[in-house]
Amino acid sequence: MPGPEAGATEVRPAAISAQGWGWRHSGRASQAIHALDLNIRPGERVLLLGPSGAGKSTLLHALAGVLGEEGDDADETGSLLVDGISPRAQRGRAGLMQQDPETQVVLSRLGDDVAFGAENLCVPRDEIWKRVHEALDDVGLRSTAGGGLALDHPTSALSGGQKQRLALAGILAMRPGLILLDEPTANLDPAGVLEVRDAVGRCLDKTGATLVVVEHRVSVWKDLVDRIVVLQPGSSSSTGGSTPAVLLDGDPDTVLAQARDMLIRAGVWVPGYVPATRPRSGPAGGSGPARRRELLLATHDLAVSRDRPRRRGFKTIPPVPVQAGLDAEVFAGQALTITGPNGAGKSTFALTLAGLLAPVSGTVTAAVGLSDGAGDDPFKWKAQQLISRIGTVFQEPEHQFVTGRVLDELMFGPKHLGHGEDRVDELLERLRLGHLVEANPYTLSGGEKRRLSVATVLAAHPRVLVLDEPTFGQDANTWAELASFLSELLDAGTSVVSVTHDREFSSVLGGTEMRLEPALQGRDRLEAGAA
Amino acid sequence: MREALTLRANNALLTRANPLAKFVSVFLITLVLALSIDLVSASTALLGELALFPLAGLTVRLLWQRGWPLIIAAALGGWSTTILSASSGRVLLDVGIWSISEGSLQLGVGFMLRGLAIALPALLLMSCTDPTDLADALAQKAKLPHRFVLGTLAALRLVGLMAEEWQTIGMARRARGVGSQGTPRQRSKAMLGQSFGLLVQAIRRASRLAVTMEARGFGGGRRTWARESTYSRLDVWVLAGGLLIAAAAVLAAQWAGTWHFVWLKQGN
Amino acid sequence: MTGISARPGLTKPGYNWRVVDIVVAALISIAGGVIFWAWDQMALVVTPATAGYPPLGGLIAGGWMIPAILGMLIVRKPGAAIFCETVAATAELIMGNQYGTTVLISGLLQGLGAELIFLAFMYKKFNLPVSLLAGAGAGLFCGLNDSFLPWGWNIAYEPVDKLVYIALCTVSGAVIAGALAWLATRGLAKTGVLSAFASRKAASEPVFS
Repeated sequence: MPGPEAGATEVRPAAISAQGWGWRHSGRASQAIHALDLNIRPGERVLLLGPSGAGKSTLLHALAGVLGEEGDDADETGSLLVDGISPRAQRGRAGLMQQDPETQVVLSRLGDDVAFGAENLCVPRDEIWKRVHEALDDVGLRSTAGGGLALDHPTSALSGGQKQRLALAGILAMRPGLILLDEPTANLDPAGVLEVRDAVGRCLDKTGATLVVVEHRVSVWKDLVDRIVVLQPGSSSSTGGSTPAVLLDGDPDTVLAQARDMLIRAGVWVPGYVPATRPRSGPAGGSGPARRRELLLATHDLAVSRDRPRRRGFKTIPPVPVQAGLDAEVFAGQALTITGPNGAGKSTFALTLAGLLAPVSGTVTAAVGLSDGAGDDPFKWKAQQLISRIGTVFQEPEHQFVTGRVLDELMFGPKHLGHGEDRVDELLERLRLGHLVEANPYTLSGGEKRRLSVATVLAAHPRVLVLDEPTFGQDANTWAELASFLSELLDAGTSVVSVTHDREFSSVLGGTEMRLEPALQGRDRLEAGAA
Repeated sequence: MREALTLRANNALLTRANPLAKFVSVFLITLVLALSIDLVSASTALLGELALFPLAGLTVRLLWQRGWPLIIAAALGGWSTTILSASSGRVLLDVGIWSISEGSLQLGVGFMLRGLAIALPALLLMSCTDPTDLADALAQKAKLPHRFVLGTLAALRLVGLMAEEWQTIGMARRARGVGSQGTPRQRSKAMLGQSFGLLVQAIRRASRLAVTMEARGFGGGRRTWARESTYSRLDVWVLAGGLLIAAAAVLAAQWAGTWHFVWLKQGN
Repeated sequence: MTGISARPGLTKPGYNWRVVDIVVAALISIAGGVIFWAWDQMALVVTPATAGYPPLGGLIAGGWMIPAILGMLIVRKPGAAIFCETVAATAELIMGNQYGTTVLISGLLQGLGAELIFLAFMYKKFNLPVSLLAGAGAGLFCGLNDSFLPWGWNIAYEPVDKLVYIALCTVSGAVIAGALAWLATRGLAKTGVLSAFASRKAASEPVFS
């Protein structure tokens, strides 16, 4: 049904009112959000904060009208209205952007993707294309003056930041009065974060739409919003309990001043606050005493690619490397940080160094102290030889889960190696996983999954630890724990190689930085860090 | 890896035809060829199809790259038919369960060519048809339910991502000590684990994608289309071309007397 | 626009397909395609091995029917088996395959074979025996399609060989598609990714009743 505003170009900012609203997801015992009383005036810009489990995403989904259906074993209490009407009855009144850029794009051509929402709202064809052009201009993906991206540009070739801006364009083309952002920049590199934030700012200035954004990096959004609402987890399941969902509500500076300690405890990244971490005991600058500099791993004139060689007839064609001529050295007890923009091949290099990808050309050589009789080429090691020598922690913890129980997950490496099972208890305690031993790894929270993935790799006792974006999307608490733990490992003689955009993290670890620049233009966007 | 699974649009003439017309045309040829196993109808159709490949933007090189697995598969199909079909005519070889006679050999070679003549037009169809255009045509012209068509199209966009994720999961599991080497039992166990990992990610991604689509108003009964799927004069030619190849195959086989209806036994 | 009546998709939740059902079912089927594609890349071994006695190929036929059973066990909506197997066939068509457009008919029929079993149980039972039966149904239809329809690759075989092939397909469908999909669904339910579906409790449902 075409809404009354379909066809009109004016955006009417939306008002939100929640009274005693609560929601319990199907199959859950307690409510995700409970007793919410909140009024947001048309055109207000609100940042929602709170610890994980406070129901922030649930609220955004509800406002977007996509929160399942009541009766399907889920239930709703109180009322939540947008402009006095149930959000479900007026899809398109609100636009929602989520965290994972890959799933914010629906179709494979740029223009089609922007048009998708407008089509679903039955906007007439001429009007749709008018809106598409306008929206792409607004998010800076296509300038009418030329030089921008074509309407049939493949959406898979966009970077993470571009994908999120594209999603914003798709939302704008619906002319929503309410824009909902659910951690829109958590998966992006620093450049992508600013890209998206600025695009959102421009669009709000132009349309005057209401904004609700959930994000735990406060400094990114603080200057754009005029109100911060802090939520807390509901306290009751069925008794119709007491604690209201809203803990604090007010202008940004006041709320941040009042709730600073509480927010820090909850792991929120409060502006101007860097979590305390354990300092390196050695000189953090990296040039330790000469006798400690034991070389473990080195690359020489290394060229890397994720693609495998292709066979054409009797010829083998090597893939085009994303980086070439790489020389690096990894020393015991020292950190090596690999930095650079998305698409520079950082992860590809790290994975090659870790013996998981075959070099396109050049060599990765393990020193005798590391190889311990297994040969000097890590890629040729058997999987079990690899894990006790080089451990790799992937960006997505779930990719590394191999069992259905946290304890089995930790025991997996030691069991196959036949030793080291005694270390598991220590790791469980050290990474605060003790209460979760019986849980299915996939059901853990983001921070718990990260800690588990580090613990499982360390259980095999590798001398070299390689981490791919270990702090991406982590709250300040997990961040601090991780950084402290790694600094401890470094002092104990493990070498830590990390791919990261996180300056504060690399300064805790110290050591040397290796910066990669995109070597080969054009292809490199495919590897964008949003994977 | 991503390129291996996604088809690139090209600028050839046939890319501009309506996917539905192309599909009907290819399907017609397929059905007619399926009715008979004989050398003449299959080779006639093959010749006609090969003549069309330049119009679909396929070079000989590309054709070879995409087509050689089909040739192997067709050869195997021909071999199976040769050894397992009823014997007729002079027996050329008879070892245990394998028996090759003149009749079965003829049938086998015909089967192989027919397999190729059926597989190639599908290759041609997909190399000059963008999935998006196909979905437009299926929903707007063939009137298939648009929720299912567009839901599938959106999922299809993630196929390249899934392929990349498959590779990543493989490496991530090696980093946990699960190798792809070892006994067949170990290998198939590793394979199943990797598949499970991919399924979890597929369901997570699909669930988020569904939320994105719903938040953009998808799922209702009606919608407009930013781009109309249209028929043009080219589509008449496409249909005529399909008809021509199909008819030529039948007539040539009838004329040569080789037409051999599939359900009839050899030698009748 | 008058309030409540316009709530989209809020009729009987049991049998209606929601957007999430469609997208998840489609992506499972496509991921199935990717898995087979990877399988193929790794092991082009199976086909030559069966060249000695080609009907043995039926032993691995069940792999192609996993989407039909898995999709149904997860979304639990009428038509899921047919939809998923057709999507999987479409993915195969796009990636290139030796059966040409007839792969769509095969997919449709295999899906139908599984669908009929779930229908016979009124879409109320999704336990191990039903999964095995549905897998066998898909396998049976696959065998029949390959042996008796004009585009079937085994159309010219002698009747005995056809029979062997059909029997192997049926067994393979039950074991590979039926049992594996059932196990996978239970595993997936434990990870919590099925929380939006009727199958979210699959892991704690009885095996046989």
